[in-house]
Amino acid sequence: MTAWNNVRAIMKRELAGYFTSPVAYVFLVIFLLLTGFFTFTVGNFFERGEASLVSFFTWHPWLFLFLVPAVGMRLWSEERRLGTLELLLTMPVTSWQAITAKFLASWVFLALALALTFPVVITVNVLGSPDNGVIAAGYVGSLLLAGSYLAVSCMTSAMTRNQVISFIVSVMICLFLILAGFTPVTDLLTKWASPWFVSVVAAFSVMTHYEGFQRGVIDLRDIIFFASIIVFALFATSVIIRSQRAG
Amino acid sequence: MIRVENLVKAFGPKRAVDDISFAVERGEVLGFLGPNGAGKSTTMRIITGFYPPTAGRVSVGGHDIVDAPLPAKRLMGYLPENAPGYADMTVHGFLGFVADLRGLTGAAKKKAIDRAVETCFLEGVVHQTVDTLSKGYKHRTCLAQSILHDPDVLILDEPTDGLDPNQKHEVRGLIKRMGANKAIVFSTHILEEVELACTRVIIIDRGRIVASGTPAELKARGETAGAVRLAVRGRSADEVAAAAGAVAGAARVEKLGADTGHATVRVYPKTRGDATLAGAVTELARAQGWQVDELVTEEGRMDDVFRAITLPDTVRGAAGKEAR
Repeated sequence: MTAWNNVRAIMKRELAGYFTSPVAYVFLVIFLLLTGFFTFTVGNFFERGEASLVSFFTWHPWLFLFLVPAVGMRLWSEERRLGTLELLLTMPVTSWQAITAKFLASWVFLALALALTFPVVITVNVLGSPDNGVIAAGYVGSLLLAGSYLAVSCMTSAMTRNQVISFIVSVMICLFLILAGFTPVTDLLTKWASPWFVSVVAAFSVMTHYEGFQRGVIDLRDIIFFASIIVFALFATSVIIRSQRAG
Repeated sequence: MIRVENLVKAFGPKRAVDDISFAVERGEVLGFLGPNGAGKSTTMRIITGFYPPTAGRVSVGGHDIVDAPLPAKRLMGYLPENAPGYADMTVHGFLGFVADLRGLTGAAKKKAIDRAVETCFLEGVVHQTVDTLSKGYKHRTCLAQSILHDPDVLILDEPTDGLDPNQKHEVRGLIKRMGANKAIVFSTHILEEVELACTRVIIIDRGRIVASGTPAELKARGETAGAVRLAVRGRSADEVAAAAGAVAGAARVEKLGADTGHATVRVYPKTRGDATLAGAVTELARAQGWQVDELVTEEGRMDDVFRAITLPDTVRGAAGKEAR
């Protein structure tokens, strides 16, 4: 199982890379502060008087919009800037192993960030008796959403050695993925486009698919949607990395 | 071990490597010479599988680098130009990571790291992060990475770049020692390095091989190869030059040192490789009763050959004049 050994070695290095630099801690603190702020203050968690985490999960697409590209922007651009890409790709490692490993490492990191929001779950369980199945589904959706954004960031990161450009482009793409199905935008579209066009555009949106999870529905089609974004973006990453070397 | 056939690499309309072929066997150290931008690094990147070739084939240990990259890469150690390393990792962590990718585990991994650290003199910096290292240490860390799995084939892009003279000496010695049972290709700008460490030299210019041979063969192509240098005490350079010019087999005489009371001249042979010239000059010195401080047949200089081969034609005439 050399393939798995390679993936594991690169994942280990990536994860260690997050925690030896301040990046991980800054990210975790900001993520937790912001989720707290949006859930309790902006989302009116207490005033709602419901035992659910709707006010918590609603904000994730927007929070992730900026935070996930911040995690993903360095994945490949840093390798190119340091020149270690040459080292990595001349090792007995396929580019797929490297891409998968880097993606998984960052995804694990994001999963850790999500896991650290457990006090919200405890709070809502102490105050009332929520449907924990819905909350679990919400977490699954949130993790898939983060994975999709991350795969997009992975792709933009492979395009450039400049992390700022990588960040901005990936925010723009993710913003499109949100807005395509964001209710104000779809409402605007229905005024001049035919309903089927609006639904096709909305089908591309992460919002449409994310909302199902928030209602506690784990639909296979939604999972396939997020999985296909991830696979497509990672495939694009491999094409970009290959074409840069082809000259 | 390494077989390169009709290799071409084009970046847009520019051909960085243009129909290069060579082979390196175990026990050989091939020196790769050439001006900046000649295509040395590009060739090495193709051999190591970083760049796919535009045309031509590369095989390492019988494995084609395009069709079977992984077995080929397993046989190779590679030191890229500028010796990159992960800035946030310690030297030990970095070597550990490379060992993982090389499939080394447990005791073998520890042994390999210890050996590489010792070979590359990294003992003092093992626990430092790569971005805090000086250029020389950074370079040697990357070199250590390349020899970690004791590969059969080593590709080293400017292995002595950024090292101080002592370290250069050590690395050259290391290359020479390892060359006994590996196939090594290394590139350099330093011509004396090639003479000291290589069994064979290839000079490339503008993507093409312009000369190849052993260091001695290449030096013999130099302008001064076979010329006799003579230093005489207590005579004027004009007198010595005039007398030496009359020696049978001497084409022309160049005055090198003309300080009073000490004349140094270089006598060029009429025919290249004329071994009798030194004898004739000795006869002359004896007949004239000169007090000879030095009399030596020159081997030719690598940098003469290098300049003659790699300078563009337009510059060559001017540089030739300036050399005289």
